[in-house]
Amino acid sequence: MSSIYETDALIADDIEAYLDQHQHKSLLRFITCGSVDDGKSTLIGRLLYDSKMIFEDQLAALEADSKRIGTQGQDIDFALLVDGLSAEREQGITIDVAYRFFTTEKRKFIVADTPGHEQYTRNMVTGASTADLAVILIDARKGVLVQTRRHSYLAHLLGIRNIVLAVNKMDLVDYDAARFDEIVTDYQKFADSIGVKNFTAIPISGFKGDNIASLSASTPWYDGVTLIDHLETVELDVHADQAKPFRLPVQWVNRPNLDFRGFAGQIAGGAVHVGAPVRILPSGKTSHIGRIVTLDGDLDVAVAGQSVTLCLTDEVDCSRGDVIATAEDPPEVADQFEANIVWLSEGAMVPGRSYWMKLGTQSVSATVQPPKYQVNVNNMEHLAAKTLDLNAIGVAEITTDRPVIFEAYADNRTLGGFILIDKMTNATVAAGMLNFSLRRAQNVHWQAIDISREAHAQQKGQSPKLLWFTGLSGSGKSTIANLVEKKLFALGRHSFLLDGDNVRHGLNKDLGFTDTDRIENIRRVGEVAKLMTDAGLIVLTAFISPFRAERDMVRALMPAGDFIEVFVDTPLAEAEKRDVKGLYKKARSGALKNFTGIDSPYERPDAPEIHIDTTRMSPEQAAEAIVERVIGVWSYDL
Amino acid sequence: MLRDLTHLERLEAESIHIMREVVAEAERPVMLYSVGKDSAVMLHLARKAFYPAPPPFPLLHVDTTWKFAEMYALREKAARDAGMELLIWQNPDALAQAINPFDHGPLHTDMWKTEGLKQALNHYGFDAAFGGARRDEEKSRAKERVFSFRSEAHRWDPKNQRPELWNIYNARKNRGESMRVFPISNWTELDIWQYIQLNKIEIVPLYFSAPRPTYTWDGQLFMADDLPRLEKILGRQLDIVERSVRFRTLGCFPLTGAVESEAASLNEVIQEMLLTTSSERQGRVIDKDAGDGSMEKKKQEGYF
Repeated sequence: MSSIYETDALIADDIEAYLDQHQHKSLLRFITCGSVDDGKSTLIGRLLYDSKMIFEDQLAALEADSKRIGTQGQDIDFALLVDGLSAEREQGITIDVAYRFFTTEKRKFIVADTPGHEQYTRNMVTGASTADLAVILIDARKGVLVQTRRHSYLAHLLGIRNIVLAVNKMDLVDYDAARFDEIVTDYQKFADSIGVKNFTAIPISGFKGDNIASLSASTPWYDGVTLIDHLETVELDVHADQAKPFRLPVQWVNRPNLDFRGFAGQIAGGAVHVGAPVRILPSGKTSHIGRIVTLDGDLDVAVAGQSVTLCLTDEVDCSRGDVIATAEDPPEVADQFEANIVWLSEGAMVPGRSYWMKLGTQSVSATVQPPKYQVNVNNMEHLAAKTLDLNAIGVAEITTDRPVIFEAYADNRTLGGFILIDKMTNATVAAGMLNFSLRRAQNVHWQAIDISREAHAQQKGQSPKLLWFTGLSGSGKSTIANLVEKKLFALGRHSFLLDGDNVRHGLNKDLGFTDTDRIENIRRVGEVAKLMTDAGLIVLTAFISPFRAERDMVRALMPAGDFIEVFVDTPLAEAEKRDVKGLYKKARSGALKNFTGIDSPYERPDAPEIHIDTTRMSPEQAAEAIVERVIGVWSYDL
Repeated sequence: MLRDLTHLERLEAESIHIMREVVAEAERPVMLYSVGKDSAVMLHLARKAFYPAPPPFPLLHVDTTWKFAEMYALREKAARDAGMELLIWQNPDALAQAINPFDHGPLHTDMWKTEGLKQALNHYGFDAAFGGARRDEEKSRAKERVFSFRSEAHRWDPKNQRPELWNIYNARKNRGESMRVFPISNWTELDIWQYIQLNKIEIVPLYFSAPRPTYTWDGQLFMADDLPRLEKILGRQLDIVERSVRFRTLGCFPLTGAVESEAASLNEVIQEMLLTTSSERQGRVIDKDAGDGSMEKKKQEGYF
């Protein structure tokens, strides 16, 4: 068997020459995709084997495993080399993305092994996102399948320009040239239809090794290069990336002392040199590059792909999420976009819900409109859709809560690719690619969506709650509730305080202080509070609300967990001593009837969510503790 | 102005990007430092990522008390040179029970390393820990994410990993949950050696061949790094032979097999590595404990 790793002699005879050669190798990242049984794992196993990336102990284990659980009889089952996790090995399929490494004389390769199983689109998209090239495997006996179209479409969608059509298992069709040509013609038609400009077709056998490292004698009719030759010589994306306008998304501001302020990041496009005029986005301020700092000494020039630290000649504001760009041709800033979205999560997309969007080093809140259409990845048809389910791909409009610095994904992967993160579970639920920004005028016709309780809350970035303050007259309910609301307001929360003053003067001015009227008072307050929580607010109420039954009635109106009973516990003697409004004095004198604590009972809460003992805590401390509870338990943005 | 980046330059840029993302997004990051060659490269990358500032996190060595003396010596020096705080954690339960590789078998790794790591992370409240694992080391490692999410109990769920696209990493988590972050995921053993050579990174001399006191145990060659301690625990005298040996990986000296070699320089070590016929982890006893899928099982339980 021939080897693609012909440097053995060099390693033994002249290690320095070998290392010098290795040191100057470039890197190509590619993905392999195909249907189950197309022989992906076998092909990768073959590449590792031919490039001597397999050691004797691994080979011994492989031979033993091949006989025990292999699918190739007594022959080596290369697929066993690359199927990592035990559950998969048992099922005999690959279910996740695995990364493999091999090297030849000219290049180092990182291979993303992505599964062909229909439900695992998300893995393929993941593998494709970092790839320069895609190897689409086809079983020569089966030809172009639904999955072939799906994989090609995804590779194209993710912006992979180099596509290799590896027509595998040629040994099983007797190396028939006509069969190969038929498949290539079929694929050409499909490729044209989705906009794939060109591809390279190679007839191979992963199992036998034909046209992988060396040209096969069995395919004399084939006049192209071997798979390895092609991988070693295909042009890398980094060249095109360096020719683009300069962009550096700022990751981290390096400020070890007052004399140094550097902006650290990985260059996402173009090149930059000391003295170059730059513009900081989104502020639009301009400056010049003062230094390009690295541990190995300052650089004069840095290019796309390098991680550097830039110093500017002026003291301009610049922080994580900002982009330093060439002054003449900066990227756009916008807050409404059209994007391709790939849904990656079990839970379907919820239009109108607020998700975290991470794009480059920017994190913003974003809402997605119902899809304009979903793409049937099997035949590229546009389907009407209200949402996107796991593995679905669609086109939708996205709105962000503040402007985002971006470029079309086709122009710059780093400034056009993003992920969406669920605010509750922190799971990565979608990947997206921005197509273009929408001017507001283009976007007046918002599609109708139900504005649910959840949508209201999501819009405000909070979980609605009812904080029900209860306690004797003069216990400090209103004082504490007021302080709590001020603190919530300062923290950017949306709230409203209902108390006796603003309810009894209007809504409930027909009610007195009999038991019946007290109950009706609380019922109305409870209903109003519920409506306000439906609008997404955090509602605070401050009423004596002496009867357990009425407090429980309001509790029952609310979704479980949204009613928070705050018991402001002040002993009667203490409240009477304070007597801020002189009411206890009136009640004791008989001038005020049905006064709680004097001639009407107060039923203490059995198990309030929050218990405030005002003899031990100042109103300020109490408010602090309540807010901590509110933020600690309900905040998304911790 | 165009220039080709070499594969090492691209790997370096990727690792630096990953480290900066963690520092920007995590509350309390730490770098797990094992004193081996992979740790040495990771530490060097951290110095590059944050230069001229020192890396803005401490180093943590989860110690077993059974490391080679030369590892302990380099540990202190490396931290000092980088201007970083060095934290050392020895599982107090393992210490109290005098857990050792001879009497306790797999429990040695479990208590000192797996449990010790969890204890240390909980003790200091670290929410992101850099580790020097590489995807080319072992089959189950090939599928782990760069940002590997761990539950409150430090468990890894291979079925429930977050998809990782482009160079965007989702570092969001709930209180109590944490991330293991592997900045050198995409490096191979050869890349590591070559980077050490190009950057003149100091590594433990045990990687280079020298005459050392050795003994044979279960068909493998070991170095008697602390002979009195070994003989005391085994209750008998060991048959010590001086051989020219070196190590491909470094761990606890009673568990790390030595290879006979004359490779005394970096070039010779790389040459030997490239011409060798057995894989890097073969010298480690840990992978063979439980047969098929053993590393995967350990990782689910919280082993690094």
